[in-house]
Amino acid sequence: MALETLQIEHVPSDHHVYAALFRHVQNVDFLQAQLIGKNPEFEYAFIDASVLISRTHLFAAIFRALNTLTEGTLQTPNVHSDIVIGLSPTNNISESYRRYGLTPSKTRDVLVIKIVYPKLSCENSTISSSEQQQTPESIWQHLTAHIQGTPTPLTDEELAKSTDWAKVRKYYKLNGVPGVERIDKVDEAGRRREMEGLVVSGIALRGL
Amino acid sequence: MPFPANVPLHPSQLQTTEANGKQKFAKINNHHHNSTRNHITDSDRTFKPAQNPENTITKLMDTSPQSPPTKKRKMATDTIAAAAPAAIEDQQEHQFPLPTILTHPSATPPILITQGAEGRLYKTTFFSPNIPCALKYRPPKPYRHPILDARLTKARLAFEAKVLERCRREGVPVPAVYAQNAAAGWIAVEWIEGAPVRVKINEWLGQRPRNEEEEKEADAKEKGPLVELMKRIGAAIAGLHRTGVVHGDLTTSNMMLRPPAKSTTDQGKETNGVNGVGSEEAQEKAKLLEGDVVIIDFGLANQSQSDEDRATDLYVLERAFASTHPRAENLFEHLLESYKQTFGKKGVSVLHKLEDVRMRGRKRSMIG
Repeated sequence: MALETLQIEHVPSDHHVYAALFRHVQNVDFLQAQLIGKNPEFEYAFIDASVLISRTHLFAAIFRALNTLTEGTLQTPNVHSDIVIGLSPTNNISESYRRYGLTPSKTRDVLVIKIVYPKLSCENSTISSSEQQQTPESIWQHLTAHIQGTPTPLTDEELAKSTDWAKVRKYYKLNGVPGVERIDKVDEAGRRREMEGLVVSGIALRGL
Repeated sequence: MPFPANVPLHPSQLQTTEANGKQKFAKINNHHHNSTRNHITDSDRTFKPAQNPENTITKLMDTSPQSPPTKKRKMATDTIAAAAPAAIEDQQEHQFPLPTILTHPSATPPILITQGAEGRLYKTTFFSPNIPCALKYRPPKPYRHPILDARLTKARLAFEAKVLERCRREGVPVPAVYAQNAAAGWIAVEWIEGAPVRVKINEWLGQRPRNEEEEKEADAKEKGPLVELMKRIGAAIAGLHRTGVVHGDLTTSNMMLRPPAKSTTDQGKETNGVNGVGSEEAQEKAKLLEGDVVIIDFGLANQSQSDEDRATDLYVLERAFASTHPRAENLFEHLLESYKQTFGKKGVSVLHKLEDVRMRGRKRSMIG
């Protein structure tokens, strides 16, 4: 069990995406405190796994954030926080953090994303030099040292286990949508596929 | 004419002129008739629009003597693209630079599927290597002012994306949007498996007896599946119109027939309908027309609730249908019938309006 390197289509080759899923995380408050304290060592995207449907759902948000990064139009301080708000179909940033990021004493399963990419030298030089040295091994060490949870393979099956559909339906406004309702209730897989399509569309269309 | 006379123009600037459509056609032909290519470029260079545009158009047209009308050109490009995508890609790769998004690595290289008047369509994969997608790219137009160009491209793509999402939510079968960057001019949507309805209908018609007497005999029992298909198309269009969207370019090329997925409940219905047909051969034939009708290409779509616009949509389809499938023209009424049934009261008034539109053509302003 280690850090997974995500291969996302049409992402520049010098941008590396690493991900890991931790179950039953005990120290969510600590992790969130690091984010609020803007601790540069904790520049990760922490996502509440219960709002994720599948890997495709996750990829859509990461892709969107990477796209804004390469375009130079990030909406938040860094690409990692942009991944978290990238999950949202709405433009409300603080609401997005609350819904898709960590919530102390509520979040149990945490998905961690780390993006490593060559930063321009004009940015803060001390950070950029330490960033450059980050390897999957060093990231993994840092994560396992600070996250008290059970590392779990990041598969569609594992993600589906912890999906809170009531939340997903609410956040992505999927309650009573004709496109989903017209599918037979018996065909749960078909309904979920349709909802996944709508969730991905919602992510893609934010801001239009 | 905004250009001074006697100044040689860059070929791309030509597109501002009235010759636009025809000239592009000549350019497209380049890919297939390489021998004519130099010739065209030469005549481009000597093009003096202020002096005699007509003359040059003729010249350009001359370079491709068997110029089919616009509709057929699209078909030709389609067929070739379907037959040998690799060859097309080879030729066109050099012709058009890829959009930036497609220059980033992917598991399989993008394939140029077709080229329209405003943009190009690539097949590629999105998110993961096992998710095929259609990426529509609207390149910047050199003949427009850059600021205006950026705004138009962005607005049109954004609109298309919104319409697609809206239809999807309402349960109209359209591709899902995977990602978009309207500012950069691209939108990635779900890849619909299967073939355009046009191809399927022609394939089906092609298998039927050519002899007229035999045809009449076969009609009664064999047209069943085609009638069914027409009904499904009618229902799909009614669904689209009900969400307050008019397509703007309805043709049988802009609808896909997606083969039924194995596990869906739809399949049962589909095969039940076929059982009545009889012989094995007929069943196989009928399978050709199985599947969901998925409407694609919302590049010209508009939001409208008016009967006029909806009727125009149907009229455009009717005309396109009659010219692409003359042998099945008489089946169009089934489409309208099912449209009316699905749409209810409003459908009746749309069909009523359709009568008017038929009388005068699709442009209302042409009456006076």
